[in-house]
Amino acid sequence: MSDASMTTQHALQGQAAERRRRARHAADTRLRLYGIGAITLAIGLLGILIFTIILGGHTAFTQTHVRVQFPLTAESYNAEEPARSNWRGVIDDAMAEIFPDAVEGGNLRTRTQILTNNTQFFVRDAVLAGDYEVGDTVTLEVPASDPYDQLNKGVIKRDTPEENRRLDNDEVAAFDSLVENGQVSRPFNWGLFFNADSRFPEIAGLSGAIVGSFYALMVCFLISFPVGIMAATYLEEFAPKNRLTDLIEVNINNLAAVPSIVFGLLGLAVFLQIFGLPRSAPLVGGMVLSLMTLPTIIIATRAALKAVPPSIREAALGVGASKHQVITHHVLPLALPGILTGTIIGLAQALGETAPLLLIGMNAFITSPPGGIFDASTALPTQIYIWADSPERGFVARTSAGILVLLGFLITMNAIAIFLRQRLERRW
Amino acid sequence: MSEQIKVKMRGENVCVHYGEKQALFDVNLDIGTNQVTSLIGPSGCGKSTFLRCLNRMNDTIDICRVTGDLTLDGQNIYDRAIDVVELRARVGMVFQKPNPFPKSIYENVAYGPRIHGLTRDKTEMDEVVENSLKRAGIWEEVKDRLDQPGTGLSGGQQQRLCIARAIATKPEVLLMDEPCSALDPIATAIIEELIDELRENFTIAIVTHSMQQAARVSQKTAFFHLGKLIEEGDTEEIFTNPQNKKTQDYITGRIG
Ligand SMILES: Nc1ncnc2c1ncn2[C@@H]1O[C@H](COP(=O)(O)OP(=O)(O)OP(=O)(O)O)[C@@H](O)[C@H]1O
Ligand SMILES: [Mg+2]
Repeated sequence: MSDASMTTQHALQGQAAERRRRARHAADTRLRLYGIGAITLAIGLLGILIFTIILGGHTAFTQTHVRVQFPLTAESYNAEEPARSNWRGVIDDAMAEIFPDAVEGGNLRTRTQILTNNTQFFVRDAVLAGDYEVGDTVTLEVPASDPYDQLNKGVIKRDTPEENRRLDNDEVAAFDSLVENGQVSRPFNWGLFFNADSRFPEIAGLSGAIVGSFYALMVCFLISFPVGIMAATYLEEFAPKNRLTDLIEVNINNLAAVPSIVFGLLGLAVFLQIFGLPRSAPLVGGMVLSLMTLPTIIIATRAALKAVPPSIREAALGVGASKHQVITHHVLPLALPGILTGTIIGLAQALGETAPLLLIGMNAFITSPPGGIFDASTALPTQIYIWADSPERGFVARTSAGILVLLGFLITMNAIAIFLRQRLERRW
Repeated sequence: MSEQIKVKMRGENVCVHYGEKQALFDVNLDIGTNQVTSLIGPSGCGKSTFLRCLNRMNDTIDICRVTGDLTLDGQNIYDRAIDVVELRARVGMVFQKPNPFPKSIYENVAYGPRIHGLTRDKTEMDEVVENSLKRAGIWEEVKDRLDQPGTGLSGGQQQRLCIARAIATKPEVLLMDEPCSALDPIATAIIEELIDELRENFTIAIVTHSMQQAARVSQKTAFFHLGKLIEEGDTEEIFTNPQNKKTQDYITGRIG
């Protein structure tokens, strides 16, 4: 022993000690560098991912509009019964005024295609909303159709050989003349948020998907929050410790790891085929998602309940509180921040879940937002999936924009979870 | 125990096991009505364990098993007919570690009376709260911040808050596990006065490590050692003329 202590004393100063110290410091530094390297790599990859999505998607946040004056002529406009007017005729008249030579050249149809296919409905809605007479003109900002929108955004390049370009030189020249006249603008694309899906990218939006996701998440929350809390409270506070509860516990943990598509199959087989619930409905989507959210909420709730110090329970029991009073007055309120955090994270997961929704048909093509949980609808991730599958150039950017919107919602939800955790969490 | 004192709580052949480990061995102890009984003994000898048997607080520990007879007013408290919630309302407890609810000071004290429906309205509740805090000697310190969390008080203040909380429900028996361990001499004196005063209406069992305190406040003293009740009797007897060698060693070791 005394030998050892002697050597230690010497060793702390000698040259060998200096070497050992340097080796130790070098090892520390290396380990730290590996860690920093790993984190840089992770953040870098994430950054690249988000950067490419933004690069691809940012153009979808603006939309080319063309200002057009629509004359209401006696031939096309029916002043008696405006709803029965010939709206296509109105558009033709307007374009004929802008491009007089197109009428002679016989390519007026091509010119009207500068405007979105749905222009007739925009004109109709504007006219029906006002009180117009024959001879009046209606001025509208109409979305340009996809090829012209892409041209304006520079996605379709002018220096591409004509035969490889979506728009020929004549069409490009026609659009350029509109630009010269100051009729073309590129405002923020509110339609992305307030329009429903459409075959035409220029007027396709996410509102149907956002509302559908909202309904599905609401159903999911209404099912999984109460059931999850009850189940967790029972398991944590009441269940006897025996084989059966052990089995249940293991299974709940396993449930959290089941691939989501399996839940989709289950939803298809049980909710749709046995219960006969409507296809593509947010109700069924929410029910399937709640199967996936439940384990998350149960696990989070149990952890939160466990974290309540036993001394608080003892204090309440000590003044004669009954079991349910201890739980409802003390334990659950203290566990609530943790429960809410877990719930929000569970819901955020559910929001991004695609596979089960595909299986129950929430990838249908639906052009109006659902009016309720029984109406067919899409959800954000399935809408992205649909758009990713569409060939039009405009949908490429919109797919990325949809991903950005989805990421925005996810980040917001997680931020709320973090905020709740920090604000509500009590220390004792 | 002398004849004229009525027995409030009685333990007969009380054995307690924590899993495999036995913590109490055949303890026979009476707690006399309107008396203060102090439990003394070295750390880990089972004082808290015995105290927690008296209001069945040990029920909350999964591995804990209690055998033997424990009675309150002659009624077995482990009987099926006994409602444990009611029992704990009748046998209040101040824990070894201060454990206020993470709620306001007012709510801490008002909680017990509220769940037992002891008050009819807010004014009455205010009175109960003020009274309890005054008796626990903490009113002056907290009267201006009753709405602030009880967990924000100092350790000693928390301890007195817990005492106020325990007496607010007006239990018949009050179990106090080292109520003065976190208190300064002045606060200790207030609590000791309180104990003396409470004795008129309540029955008290107190665990303490201070021989002086046991001598000052209690009429009966029980000495525990390694899970066994070594000696019990009138406090004066125990301190002046202990029958057992171990008791003597413990008392003199501590005092001298
Ligand atoms: N929850 C528990 N689980 C297991 N063993 C326990 C538990 N509580 C107490 N014990 C054991 O029971 C014995 C008696 O403990 P107890 O808390 O009654 O001692 P005590 O006399 O109150 O000591 P102190 O003066 O330190 O508070 C100890 O050996 C302890 O280790
Ligand atoms: Mg103790």
